[in-house]
Amino acid sequence: MKLRALRDLPRALWRFVRALSRDDAYFEYLRHHAAAHAGTPPLSAREFYLREQERKWSGVSRCC
Amino acid sequence: MRKLLWGCVALIGAFAIGGVALHRGETINAMWIVVAAVCVYALGYRFYSAWIAARVLAVDDTRATPAIRLNNGRDFVPTHRWIVFGHHFAAIAGPGPLIGPTLAAQFGFLPGTIWILVGAVLGGCVQDMTILFLSTRRNGRSLGQMARDELGPIGGYAAIIGTLVIMLILIAVLGLVVVNAMKHSPWATATVFATIPIAILIGLYLRNIRPGRVLEASLIGITLLLLAVVGGGALNEHETLRTWFDLDGKPLAWFVIAYGFIAAVLPVWLLLAPRDYLSTFLKLGTIFLLAIAVVLMRPEIKMPAVTQFIDGTGPIFGGSLFPFVFITVACGAISGFHALVASGTTPKLIGTESDVRLIGYGSMMLESSVAIMAMIAATLLDPGVFFAINSSPGIVGATADAAVNTISSWGFPVSVEQMDGLAQAMGETTLFARTGGAPSLAVGMASIFSSAFGASLLAIWYHFAIMFEAVFILTTLDAGTRVGRFMLQDALGHVWKPLGQTSWYPSVLIASALIVAGWGYFLYIGVVDPNGGINILWPLFGISNQLLAGIALCVATGVIIKQGKLRYAWVTAAPLAWIAIITTAATWEKVVSSDPRVGFLAAAEQLAAKLAAGTLPVEQAAVAPQLIFNQRLDALLAMLLTGILWVVIADTVRVSWRVSRGLPVLPSSEAPAAAAHAQ
Repeated sequence: MKLRALRDLPRALWRFVRALSRDDAYFEYLRHHAAAHAGTPPLSAREFYLREQERKWSGVSRCC
Repeated sequence: MRKLLWGCVALIGAFAIGGVALHRGETINAMWIVVAAVCVYALGYRFYSAWIAARVLAVDDTRATPAIRLNNGRDFVPTHRWIVFGHHFAAIAGPGPLIGPTLAAQFGFLPGTIWILVGAVLGGCVQDMTILFLSTRRNGRSLGQMARDELGPIGGYAAIIGTLVIMLILIAVLGLVVVNAMKHSPWATATVFATIPIAILIGLYLRNIRPGRVLEASLIGITLLLLAVVGGGALNEHETLRTWFDLDGKPLAWFVIAYGFIAAVLPVWLLLAPRDYLSTFLKLGTIFLLAIAVVLMRPEIKMPAVTQFIDGTGPIFGGSLFPFVFITVACGAISGFHALVASGTTPKLIGTESDVRLIGYGSMMLESSVAIMAMIAATLLDPGVFFAINSSPGIVGATADAAVNTISSWGFPVSVEQMDGLAQAMGETTLFARTGGAPSLAVGMASIFSSAFGASLLAIWYHFAIMFEAVFILTTLDAGTRVGRFMLQDALGHVWKPLGQTSWYPSVLIASALIVAGWGYFLYIGVVDPNGGINILWPLFGISNQLLAGIALCVATGVIIKQGKLRYAWVTAAPLAWIAIITTAATWEKVVSSDPRVGFLAAAEQLAAKLAAGTLPVEQAAVAPQLIFNQRLDALLAMLLTGILWVVIADTVRVSWRVSRGLPVLPSSEAPAAAAHAQ
């Protein structure tokens, strides 16, 4: 049991780093889209990225 | 058992704080400060934040957060608390907690350190957590909206004006810090310039080659940035190339102004977003490295606990310990700006209400510890060296000989040879009068890093530190200009509708130009001011940042009282009272003090008298009318800011009084409760 947790640790860390950097944002969006809006085509990776950037930078997201 | 453990933490903390406060030897080891800080944070988090969450805020994990109720896979997404913690910390941590403590070190290491710890645990962390919680209960509404909803239109307008003013002052002062770090330093200038094409390259990669693959793009970008630091060193060795980047303050100010305008009107994906990815990675990485290096190296603090400059004669900025240490430290203790972040993106990611403790209180604790590290990095330098780097020629004399004589006469011995040797080791021609805090912080960081990770790389570490500071200062500059532009467009839309359309290009150009002109003016004046500009701009920034904190605490206090929890209102009302006292005292000093190094009006009069008498050198006489006008404008601005704070306080008192009399007030804007498990 412990050995297994140890073996999964790098994977868990990698998932954490991806989530922290929002590297997985598109993947998560696709997952949400498949669950919530099945049947409608999702945005492409580029469209999604551009829209997210516009949204992120239209409010205060960085401080002094 | 647990009680015993926390008893030990309290005991060790008390012992370390006592050690720091009572120590009167030549030097003191930085570990005393580190241990004291860790214990204070641990106790504050374990007990105070838990008590506030349970009693004052009454967090309720059975209640669905907006991330759960409104989950859209984009901005509203329930997210693991440690990931939100990371995002939130990355958003609130900027150059402020690095620069503020560096400047406040002129009073000695003790006053700033105490305020960083006490201010954070009882003020800043409480503000961040409370506002985060209130916004989470209101579907992620902004501070301005909450002020309007809970207090009334006066609070709302005050928040908007406060935000706009703080943005302009903040960008100007940060721009000045970058300009001063680049001035006549070809290595630093070339490296900072190189960050722009690197960011654009990464922007193109993230849009066209591998959309959204942030990690790999950032890795490429960071590698290029490190190469740029090394490349800058090579360029610095080249006889002709180095002269191209050996620039005066004025052209560099124009460069920063032009850069700010261009960055604000370009699409975000091209420059702003990729630069932010790079700066975030650099920031987290460097802070982590710095913490490891401080613990590994355990440097000795050479600055006295308290210097003679508590009387107000300090060379970095004029003004006595009270109130100016509280204004200067700014972001490391309490920062109103955080309330803007805590009421925007972050609340939409919170999965359970009790996470606000870790994310709100915890992130601010980490930010405060960054300020502690900055204080350590500043005070491990020889005090003489520290003052030689940070004092402007207007104070200590224009030549190296004059400067070392003045500084040595204060009891902080330093020699020209020592400064020249240090400058050479850092790959600079001179380190005299490199005001703004960035160069002295970079020297401090370089000495920590090089002794922990390799002494041969001192110059590389120095320029790495400068690049690191410049990258995220420029990010704040882009992002702040953009936010200012949106706010202005919103306001102009009331005058003429088309101007309110955020994507209509003429409106974008006009609003951006106005915002850039606003901060560009203060930046330019700061550059031409022979006393170095920081002396004027940093206190103004401190006052405006505290004003915003005051508004946030007013909103929090008002809501707590409206919920019928008057007996707990002191949790936010006490820091509010302190903020009101220090900003009012600071404004009073800055306006009416007869010391021209403190009072804006006294400085204007002194300069006007000199100008009339014809005793000014020609180049100073040319800019004197601008400086006189600016000092008067600054006095007005400081009064305006404090006036706004008092108006909002009066409004909060009015609302609280009505509550106590049972008179009707605006209804709570809290979103109706929904059970978490029902979703």
